[in-house]
Amino acid sequence: MTKPALPVVSMDAITKTFPGVKALDAVRLDLYPGQVTALVGENGAGKSTTVKILTGIYRPDGGTIRIDGTPVTIDSANAAADAGITAIHQETVLFDELSVAENIFIGHAPRTRTGLIDKTQMHRAAEKLLREIDAPIDPRTRLRDLGIANKHLVAIARALSVDARVVIMDEPTAALSHKEITELYELIETLKSQGKAILFISHKFDEIFRIADRYTVFRDGAFVGEGRIADIDEDALVKMMVGRTVDHIFPDRGSTIAEDVLQVAGYSHPTEFADIGFTLRRGEILGFYGLVGAGRSEFMQALFGITKPSKGVCKISGKIRVIRSPADAVANGIVYVPEDRGRQGAIIGLPIFQNITLPSLGRTSRAGFLRLAEEFALARTYAERLDLRAAALDQDVGNLSGGNQQKIVIAKWLATQPQVIILDEPTKGIDIGSKAAVHAFMAELAEQGLSIIMVSSEIPEVIGMSDRAIIMRDGRIVAELEGDALRPETLVRHAAGITASPQLEEA
Amino acid sequence: MRDTVQPNRHVPDRLTSRAQRMLRSWEALLLAVAVAIFMLNSFASPYFLNAWNLSDATFNFTEKAMIAFAMALLIISGEIDLSVASIIALASTAMGLAAQYGAGTGELVGIGLVVGLLCGAFNGVFVTILGLPSIVVTIGTMSLFRGISYIILGDEAFRGYPADFAWFGQGYVYWVFTVELAIFAILAVVYGVLLHKTNFGRAVYAIGNNPTGALFSGIRVQRVKFILFLLTGLMSGLAAICLTSRLGSTRPSIAQGMELEVVTMVVLGGVNILGGSGSIPGVVIAAFVMGLVTFGLGLLNVPGIVMSIFIGLLLIGVIALPRLWAMLRQGRRAS
Amino acid sequence: MLRRLLLLRETILIGAILLLLALIATRFPGFIAPRNLAGVFNDTAPLIILALGQMVVILTRCIDLSVAANLALCGMVAAMLNVAMPGLPIPVIIALVIALGAVLGAINGLLVWKLAIPPIVVTLGTMTIFRGIIFLISDGKWVNAHEMGAAFTGFPRAEVLGLSVLSWIALLAVAVFAIMMSRTPLGRSIFAVGGNPHAAVYTGINVGRVQFLAFVLSGALAGLTGYLWVARYAVAYVDIAGGFELEVVAACVIGGISIAGGVGSVGGAVLGAVFLGVVKNALPVINVSPFWQLAISGSAILIAVAFNARAGRTKGRIILKSAEATP
Repeated sequence: MTKPALPVVSMDAITKTFPGVKALDAVRLDLYPGQVTALVGENGAGKSTTVKILTGIYRPDGGTIRIDGTPVTIDSANAAADAGITAIHQETVLFDELSVAENIFIGHAPRTRTGLIDKTQMHRAAEKLLREIDAPIDPRTRLRDLGIANKHLVAIARALSVDARVVIMDEPTAALSHKEITELYELIETLKSQGKAILFISHKFDEIFRIADRYTVFRDGAFVGEGRIADIDEDALVKMMVGRTVDHIFPDRGSTIAEDVLQVAGYSHPTEFADIGFTLRRGEILGFYGLVGAGRSEFMQALFGITKPSKGVCKISGKIRVIRSPADAVANGIVYVPEDRGRQGAIIGLPIFQNITLPSLGRTSRAGFLRLAEEFALARTYAERLDLRAAALDQDVGNLSGGNQQKIVIAKWLATQPQVIILDEPTKGIDIGSKAAVHAFMAELAEQGLSIIMVSSEIPEVIGMSDRAIIMRDGRIVAELEGDALRPETLVRHAAGITASPQLEEA
Repeated sequence: MRDTVQPNRHVPDRLTSRAQRMLRSWEALLLAVAVAIFMLNSFASPYFLNAWNLSDATFNFTEKAMIAFAMALLIISGEIDLSVASIIALASTAMGLAAQYGAGTGELVGIGLVVGLLCGAFNGVFVTILGLPSIVVTIGTMSLFRGISYIILGDEAFRGYPADFAWFGQGYVYWVFTVELAIFAILAVVYGVLLHKTNFGRAVYAIGNNPTGALFSGIRVQRVKFILFLLTGLMSGLAAICLTSRLGSTRPSIAQGMELEVVTMVVLGGVNILGGSGSIPGVVIAAFVMGLVTFGLGLLNVPGIVMSIFIGLLLIGVIALPRLWAMLRQGRRAS
Repeated sequence: MLRRLLLLRETILIGAILLLLALIATRFPGFIAPRNLAGVFNDTAPLIILALGQMVVILTRCIDLSVAANLALCGMVAAMLNVAMPGLPIPVIIALVIALGAVLGAINGLLVWKLAIPPIVVTLGTMTIFRGIIFLISDGKWVNAHEMGAAFTGFPRAEVLGLSVLSWIALLAVAVFAIMMSRTPLGRSIFAVGGNPHAAVYTGINVGRVQFLAFVLSGALAGLTGYLWVARYAVAYVDIAGGFELEVVAACVIGGISIAGGVGSVGGAVLGAVFLGVVKNALPVINVSPFWQLAISGSAILIAVAFNARAGRTKGRIILKSAEATP
């Protein structure tokens, strides 16, 4: 129990209500200098609301925030900056058209005596900050000319520029490669040694146990517990998070080898992927594994007709098909459940039944005229099959939870009676309990003869669900694994491009 | 997973009945407004409740409403066409030019519709094939189309349309019912069915609510939008025929500023300017409301330019008031 | 790379303007005489001033279609003030019209900021309302040259160092905006709001407030131009500068200001305006009817916006190593 003296930031009994939802219910959170505190919880536990309150985007309805023991009001992003709180966000939120230095100093640029921005001073200060974090970037470069990793470094430099005492990192590794993550860890160590308090939000348990000193757990907007990472193990933390132990068992699947349904050969794109070829059999689950940015989603979207491949052939049930648009893909029995559900999946604003029947209108209508009774019947069939939780079928999908929206997207596609369904990160951001349901359902679909392509970045999911797995790296297929070869360490090694290095196997 | 699993629970189709939703709709409110204005007008002027006067009053909205129907679909899909009044000018100029060379009524109608269609296709190509924002494209074509009229006409005017061409803008189908009113009524039904009863209409709503989601659902988004631009152009051509026939002449400044009134009519009809929602019955009632207001003000001898203040206020007010109301209610709830 | 591209866009415009001048000069050498060029610039000055304001508005992802109506209303007020109070000094009139223009702009800005009404709707509405108000206050009558004071009409035409005061005011406005956009927090915020509004919130920028200020700036410039316009042409009536808002938007679009916000420069807006000004002044010289003007600016908008889109198109993610080497 070597608790360091006093927390820098202490949130006490913080409550925040949105119309119809209590996002935070009297939660507390303490952040200590020189320590990394992991905020752990499922989706909807209230993590991002907490971040938004700390950074002045939302105002709490009740409770106190103390800085060094003094109650403060953080009612704007500027007030948060004044209090020494700074955040590095999920997506690097910066400005492409401004220079690196301007990005770092926007909102608090050094001024000359006339009140104008002092560019010389600003560039010098930016250079110094970038040198501190070992970022070899010219502060005069326009941000849009930088790659994603360098943009991230600029975001970090920005966070440090305000002389922050508290740094919030909201899923900082989501878009980073393996190497960049390692560099981020080093940076966090540097920040710790400077005595900064770090709030670290992540879904990845290996990260939390690697980098955090303390943890705080929220569940359904309420505080559950806190403590030192050294005093807890992964199972106990999961138990706190979900309220019970979760033994995730993947469904048992007997594999019966059947005929080829989809054959892809030589699919290439000028910048995104090259020479993709594989075969998919009836009733098979084919996993696609790779690091974020390996080109998996990009290839799937080309297969679905969103983007155009520069060359390549696609055969469905032995016949060559040209897919120029999603409409062509659907007509040929290929459907795609996207990763970005909010934007590409459900159509918020349309009622549930219209979402489900949207691609099947050709069947429910007559000569182009809608038949509502048929639509409701079709929507009902699939809503019930997926055990949808909703008040009525004419309810706006925007009022449903993320999990139920995902069900509607799947229902929409099953209603078209496809041959091949592509699931892009089907369980990303879904709580642990619902994951099992999704997995069981996938197994059931495969059993019924549907062929499934599953893009996943979760190793247990790829191994537990796939009959075969294809691994992509830098836009190309680097391996196809089956049976005993389907092991975590082989997946990681192929995805990271390491031929044989045993020390990586623990990743 | 939080509650115990009840497999295959029953989800009802609807929570509220159709009648309930209708009563609470924007359209119902608008209808009440229309009735109120009608009664106010009949009190304000003894000339109002006269079948022939009322018949004349319909010219205040019939031509605009023809375009407004197509524009409603376009705005619901998330696009807009500001060039409609300029399409009228160009189509009217083309008809005038043809009439100089002795074209008959049939050819004039064909020319008007084809020019409208071509203008719509021109907009559609820029928006759907080149992927440019429709606001800028149609601001550009707004200048271009009318500019071509100016090049052809300068400060001249075309007159000399064939006598039977006057039928569209000045004729009656039965008693006080004008040809334009009949066209308006037919189009109201056609567009109502198209938007509310067909797969095409459903696609329009889907695109307006989430264009990416619609594309990912296998809808041919660009094709639908292109058709909507074609329709808007075609309706502008039709309006050009009616307006030209009614005025009997063409100047390059014909229908100047009409795009504003069309957009106002659509927005007043409850169509969300950002796309995604709206209905044809709403636009129909809005057409009547605007017609009644302009007619009533005309009876009170209010000059046209002052009426345009009302149109401008109406356009902003109709969007602003519900938002103000919501803000006030939220403020009250918070305190 | 983009910096080079942006420079390229401005170089293209300069090149186009020079080429145009050269072409005209082969037939009519008098057109490029310094005296005549000063006249062309003087003619273009109002467009340049308004384009600066419109640029700021477009950068924040809005559009101001009410500028010409705002100009006409402020011009009418200036003229009527001069008629009613001939003794009122010109600086006071200028201050008043700038304030009035700013207030009219603030109305647009407030509706966009506080009620989140789409700017196109707001300014389409205020455009007609402002024109209607001119009719109400003037009773539809004209204010003619003989009713205005000599000082009132003389000020913008007075010559200083070979250029008219009107031209000098335009140059001053360009200089002020150039400094504002590159060296003040507001200028940077304007780019930030248009480039990434979501991120702007997280850096403590109030997006709505910046948009509001953009409308105020645009309105203030329209007010100033209102006086200059009325004084220069020595006439005020309801329809002055009718449709001029389209020319202003055209100048911006031609100058490479992206209608999607966040991309553009003062230099681009000015060059876009100058390009249109040269075309407009050249038409009568080369014997083309002035009725071509409208169609030409319409085509220019379309060509420019298509060109912008081509330049700014995202090419998708670059994943392949081989593609990274040759972007």
